[in-house]
Amino acid sequence: MKKTLCLLLALVMVVGMLAGCGSNAGNSADNETAAPANNDGNPTFKIGSSGPLTGGAAIYGTAVMNAARIAVDEINAMDGIHFEFQAQDDEADSGDKAINAYNTLMDWGMQVMVGTVTSGSGITVSAQAFQDRTFMLTPSGSSVDVIKDKDNAFQVCFTDPNQGTGSADYIAEHFPGAKVAVIYRNDDAYSQGIRDTFVAEFTAKGLKVEYEGTFTADTATDFSVQLTAAQSAGADILFLPIYYQPAAVILQQANQMGYAPTFFGVDGMDGILTLENFDTSLAEGVYLLTPFSADADDARTQAFVAEYQKRYGEVPNQFAADGYDAVYIVKAALEAAGCTPDMSAAEICEALIKVMPTITVDGITGEGMTWAATGEVSKAPMAVVIKDGMYVTPEN
Amino acid sequence: MNFKNRNRSARTDMLTYLGVTVAFIILTVLKSTGALNRSQTGLLVPICCYIVMAVSLNLTVGIMGELSLGHAGFMSVGAFSGIIAAMSLADIIPSPGIRLAIAMVVGAIMAGVVGFLVGIPVLRLRGDYLAIVTLAFGEILKELITCLIVGSDGKGLHILFNITGSKTADDLHLLEGGRVIIKGAQGATGTQTIATFTAGFILIMVTLLVVQNMIRSRTGRAIMAIRDNRIAAESVGISITRYKMIAFVTSAALAGAAGALFGLNYSNLAAAKFDFNTSILVLVFVVLGGLGNIWGSIIATVVLYILPEALRSFATYRMLIYAIVLILVMLATNTAQMKTLLGKLIPGRKKEGADNE
Repeated sequence: MKKTLCLLLALVMVVGMLAGCGSNAGNSADNETAAPANNDGNPTFKIGSSGPLTGGAAIYGTAVMNAARIAVDEINAMDGIHFEFQAQDDEADSGDKAINAYNTLMDWGMQVMVGTVTSGSGITVSAQAFQDRTFMLTPSGSSVDVIKDKDNAFQVCFTDPNQGTGSADYIAEHFPGAKVAVIYRNDDAYSQGIRDTFVAEFTAKGLKVEYEGTFTADTATDFSVQLTAAQSAGADILFLPIYYQPAAVILQQANQMGYAPTFFGVDGMDGILTLENFDTSLAEGVYLLTPFSADADDARTQAFVAEYQKRYGEVPNQFAADGYDAVYIVKAALEAAGCTPDMSAAEICEALIKVMPTITVDGITGEGMTWAATGEVSKAPMAVVIKDGMYVTPEN
Repeated sequence: MNFKNRNRSARTDMLTYLGVTVAFIILTVLKSTGALNRSQTGLLVPICCYIVMAVSLNLTVGIMGELSLGHAGFMSVGAFSGIIAAMSLADIIPSPGIRLAIAMVVGAIMAGVVGFLVGIPVLRLRGDYLAIVTLAFGEILKELITCLIVGSDGKGLHILFNITGSKTADDLHLLEGGRVIIKGAQGATGTQTIATFTAGFILIMVTLLVVQNMIRSRTGRAIMAIRDNRIAAESVGISITRYKMIAFVTSAALAGAAGALFGLNYSNLAAAKFDFNTSILVLVFVVLGGLGNIWGSIIATVVLYILPEALRSFATYRMLIYAIVLILVMLATNTAQMKTLLGKLIPGRKKEGADNE
């Protein structure tokens, strides 16, 4: 009996100690971001975000939260609106864990949501937030379903189909008279969606796609047929709305057959320079439409990249940039709507829904961002070209 | 089994019903008075679902004595068939309560049918082999549901089986006003969330009635006889296949009903949710609660489901802490001292434990 008691007490102690450690750690983490607020009479809003902080997709969630913390700290150092920020883990789950994270934030008193990070949880949470009337701005949930039929949900990133329109506009403007061919993967909603809107926009401009080649997941290893057809069609721009793995094969094979058109990709192409066993010199001169390039030479991007590297020791990716912008967008919207911190989440939501279609925000993922009432963002697509293994802004 | 023994098991059963009912009443009162915050309220329905999952899996693992690693597969069958039923009937039956009940029944029937089909090959195996094959079937079910595209309109239900991966929801060619219910790999989106805590409570009570009565019945004794000594059971004329099938199908059907409730609690649900990890999670609930111990499964489920939420203050370390707590609890409850202590706290347990061993 004595032994049992000892064991039990030891167990209680261990658990207690762990709990003690944890809550201290949690508090200090909170203080880190919340400290500057509240003291100087600045109106302080509670904003929350949920995303995968553990598990396979943690890299995305962590990037968004890290960048959002930087933005919150920068804003809190200024006069005007201040923020308290809390991040919760949803493990990129689309069911119960997403809702649990959202409910935890709501219990904390969240007034505006800067989330979610992934589309799957975004669809679940936006439906709940729609019922609760909580304003939600997702940095990186790119699926149309996140904002569909919900007036309270807005996006910072492009929706998948929007990239097609953006690419068509860019090519039509910057490469007048060029002959364009498209190679896309027709068993993938992402690739198919971008191709559909690209072709629609391109045709609407009175231009013609010379050749369209398709492939599927099973045939993504050999593109000689499509490339030969594109070459004989005389295409000098090859639009590739696909991920970087098959794109790398295309670049290699085109090089072998001596076909050198201008390659044009979208955000799925982001990552080609870090692909293992890929000769990055082949990617020289490839254009891609990405909302963010860490090498951009404007002062804000450089300051953000430097701060991110100082704090977290790595170059921020597109997700981080989306998260950073999201916080500033919320700030701009709150200022435009004249919200005060004593308003409830639902009141703020109604006010922000009204102002979102009217505001214009400059961010590091795009200049002059505006929103449609449906929640879609409209911003000038930023194209970059790969030069000496770096993304640089194209000259023409 | 002597009379005294029988009395005691009946008492345990009654206590389980009583405990669940009291917990339900207390939580309902707390909920209506606003004493529960949002995240606590949000946990009620999934906990009910996982309790039913754990109790039904206990039937396979604890009572039948076969390790099943594909229980989440049946949950997903129930979830998606329940969602299809509830969504396609939305215009015909406006009452969410009745639709929810129909969805759970449909989910149970579909999962039961799939359980029967899976059971035909699976129950020919034993031990490790059975475990691996159930694991494989769980994954197959997940992949098959990933290929489903379902929509409904004025003309009825449209189902596409997207095995080549080249079809989209547009290929359903729905009429004006029709809605897509399941979009392949994206899962069910835009589901109306009609699940309620009361429905969860009723489902738990039904599950307990089914499982506990089955255990105490002739069927249950036959199943346990097969578990304890297959050859002896066969020699006295017990049909092994029949009784194993009864237990397996019942377990699958209950999991299906739980799945339907779970599916209708979230507006978005992908088949990927019901993967191997979910099966293992439920198995952990069962093992921690004690094999064959029904109220143990219930308590273990509640504790282990709340734990990761309660540990949110640990931020990124919470799953690590969760794992450590799990190991400690497993070790602690498994020592002889702890068993003696529990035996002293709960009269009759010690003897029952001795009987089982």
